[in-house]
Amino acid sequence: MISIPIEHCLLLSAILFCLGLLGVLVRRNIIFVLMSMEIMLNAIGLAFVSGGARWAQPDGQVMFLLVITLAAAEVAIGLALVLQLYQRFKTLDITSLSKMKG
Amino acid sequence: MSLELVLFYLASATAIFATLMTITRLNAAHALLYLIASLLSVAVIFYLIGAPFAASLEVIVYAGAIMVLFVFVIMMLNLGRQTVDQERQWLNPTIWIGPGIICAVLLAEIVILLAQKERLLETVVVTPKAVGISLFGPYLLAVELASMLLLAGLVGAYHLGRPLAKKQQGRDE
Repeated sequence: MISIPIEHCLLLSAILFCLGLLGVLVRRNIIFVLMSMEIMLNAIGLAFVSGGARWAQPDGQVMFLLVITLAAAEVAIGLALVLQLYQRFKTLDITSLSKMKG
Repeated sequence: MSLELVLFYLASATAIFATLMTITRLNAAHALLYLIASLLSVAVIFYLIGAPFAASLEVIVYAGAIMVLFVFVIMMLNLGRQTVDQERQWLNPTIWIGPGIICAVLLAEIVILLAQKERLLETVVVTPKAVGISLFGPYLLAVELASMLLLAGLVGAYHLGRPLAKKQQGRDE
């Protein structure tokens, strides 16, 4: 039986989430923005799993599975959008998206 | 301090370092490698806190499948040296400071909240069997919804990913 402080798991998750948020706010390259969103989703999954481990229940891992599903769908759509963006504007600058109509 | 605890802190340190490197790299491929290292260290943490199923999913789905998508797209875009220079131009310190302070404040709030009480996590391994029973018992509706989400993602990515139509290309040029 090993004991890890649950606060430290949640703390790690919070640090990773804040780093991902920083990446979303700072980077202008759209690929880096997508990567930072992956980091944030992963941090949320870590919080879910450590919460499930705290009560020794499988629910946390079920939620992690759903988070992974969401991340996969989001990345598929997001990267398809990146390819379209690059075909049309020949740049990965996220501010070029504001030139789109509608 | 037990061996598991040392491994936990080591994996946490590598996860934070790799994530930090991910959001500061100029070259997308290098950032992706650091991101994969970060995901793998989180998988180690999952294993240590008694979630082997989540750990294997993290390696197979996250570090495997999702990152391969990123690799494909980065290879397809074929970014050259001038993008690195452009990134260097975009990443000057004046852009960093504001969001950095906001994130630091948020993080400090969570740290203060978490520092109130110390509870130990007695790791009991939650087996894949228990997860599977829970997944196809009370969470059956969520599984169906997830499958529909994946189908919608598939159709959406197929629709968006097709090349531009010939007529439209001619109009653009």
